[in-house]
Amino acid sequence: MDILQLIVSGLANGCVYGLIALGFVLIYKATEAVNFAQGDFMMLGAFITLGFTNADYMDLPFWLSVCLAISIMGVLGYLLDLIVLRRMFGQSQVAVVILTIALGFVIRFIAGAIWGHEPQSLESPIASIELRFGGLVLGMDEVWVIIVTVLLTGLLYLFFARTKLGVAMQASSQNQLAAYYMGIPVKRVHSMIWGLSGIVAAIAGILFASKGTIDPTAGLLGIKAFAAAVIGGFGSLPGALLGGIIVGLVEPFAARYMPAGYSQIFPYLILVVMLIVRPHGILSQIQTKKV
Amino acid sequence: MRIVFKTSYDADIRLFKHNAQAFWYLLLFAIAILLPFIVSEFLIGEATLVLIWAICGMGLMILVGQTGQASLGHAAFMAVGAYSNVIYQENFSLPFVISFPLSGLTAGVAGALVALPTTRLHGIYLAIATLAISVLTEDLIVILEPITGGITGLFAPDVQIFGFTFNRYGNPVELYWLVLGITFIVVYAYRNILRSPIGRAFAAVRDSEVSAKAMGVNVARTKMVAFAVSCTITGLGGALMGHFATVFTHETFNLIISITLLLMIVVGGLGSIHGAFFGAIVVVLLPLLISVSRDAIGAYTGSGSITIPGLESGIFGALLIGFILFEPMGIYGRWLKIRTYFELFPFYRKDMFRRQKSYLKTERTQ
Repeated sequence: MDILQLIVSGLANGCVYGLIALGFVLIYKATEAVNFAQGDFMMLGAFITLGFTNADYMDLPFWLSVCLAISIMGVLGYLLDLIVLRRMFGQSQVAVVILTIALGFVIRFIAGAIWGHEPQSLESPIASIELRFGGLVLGMDEVWVIIVTVLLTGLLYLFFARTKLGVAMQASSQNQLAAYYMGIPVKRVHSMIWGLSGIVAAIAGILFASKGTIDPTAGLLGIKAFAAAVIGGFGSLPGALLGGIIVGLVEPFAARYMPAGYSQIFPYLILVVMLIVRPHGILSQIQTKKV
Repeated sequence: MRIVFKTSYDADIRLFKHNAQAFWYLLLFAIAILLPFIVSEFLIGEATLVLIWAICGMGLMILVGQTGQASLGHAAFMAVGAYSNVIYQENFSLPFVISFPLSGLTAGVAGALVALPTTRLHGIYLAIATLAISVLTEDLIVILEPITGGITGLFAPDVQIFGFTFNRYGNPVELYWLVLGITFIVVYAYRNILRSPIGRAFAAVRDSEVSAKAMGVNVARTKMVAFAVSCTITGLGGALMGHFATVFTHETFNLIISITLLLMIVVGGLGSIHGAFFGAIVVVLLPLLISVSRDAIGAYTGSGSITIPGLESGIFGALLIGFILFEPMGIYGRWLKIRTYFELFPFYRKDMFRRQKSYLKTERTQ
């Protein structure tokens, strides 16, 4: 029973990592850039929802705030690409990495200036309800996290595999110039994917904030999500979820069975070992470049 | 505009392009030596910090600016330098003259060890791997408590060279001169590395790995050497940082420092020694400027001093976004443009420094 409990809480944590990783992978899949500010996006999404729904702020109904936050983050992601990242079109990947790191700094500062630096928790109807199955106690929030994540990953997978827009997104990443010749509006597709990843970040943020507390530095969680994305195979949507779950499951078990101090290094240790042994992840999509 | 008429092959790799250039750099060095007689002791402390940051920045510049490998984890090697320097002095009672170069070597070896598996990675994967190493180092320092002092950190003794003591608070001017001397040696070594075959191999790898391979450059080995050299220099900077901070813990060299280092050299200008110095000046002076302007605004509005937590990194981030969007070549790049404008007046064209854009192709199969 004890182990089962650890597995469930690990799964729920892992799903949040997976959702953030999903945001990386979405952008990477379509624009070949990596958004190092994805964790901060998540934090921002959580804070926007919190600002709408918490009694201390605007006190709107929960589901309305969720819809508002998701649409705001979507628009924000779209505009961010339109205004800032589009200027980087055609420049090196590393320049984009540095730009998004700087964006993360700015987002963290803005969130701290508006909502303060103390940890706060989201007042959501799914928090603090317990479900009992025999001896197993499940938090309603944990169940929700797992269900939403699996649904979202499935939807996005189908979107990329089946819809015209999804295929266009993949094409615009595989060869920008050729995609452009085929009549795909590459730049607009890029903006759309940033909007989509903003939406995913908002959902991740809402789930994360209803599971625990959130403060402006929560964006640093993004590093663990990186581990998840790399372990699963950068560029693969199910891989991101798989990697997230692996990281999420390893953490509680390491914390339980390892001496204090050693447990938190495990996600990174797995990441480094993974990069050495199989750099392109479990569900690899990369082959070495040929001339 | 000055035309340098080359009469030998050496002209391409001379230390200075022409005598006037040598004169200006020597003048700058002379001013740097005489600085303690001009400004106050507080500013000398800040100038020392600028030089230390510049040394660390030069280390990263070799890797990012010259070899084109992004590292988000260089604070880890600063930590290796700082900790090993103090450990050599305390536990093995080596003098500073020996422990200091040794700490650089230790960081270099650590860098080479990290490079062994990671040089097969490129671009984003390398950035993530180094990011993970930075986080891991922070935790490792805590775990290795018997050697590193854990979360209480280590106390760096005063620098002792042949019986003469350097202390940040006791004699800041002498410490400044010591750091200046070390900076000079590092700059000289940096220049010489760039003039040597390995330096040209760095540039080849940066500009195109495929072409470098075709020209007979051993790409993996070159990357590893770049890592080792880069980490050696950063380790030396870290050792100095340890002495300057007097007490340091695992948090002195955290992930934020790694990222700040990278942002610093981008703001300064990638691919040049000048860039490391300009970036270091920005990093050190920005908090100073913010606190001065905060006091000024507070006095003006009469509301007293306002403190906004996180303002520093927020402004730094915004500054960086501005630079990447509008001046990707950094402060030094802007200076080059202004100088060229006046040298060629009135024939400067807007597109003279334009870089070619490339269209991305994926390396994924599906």
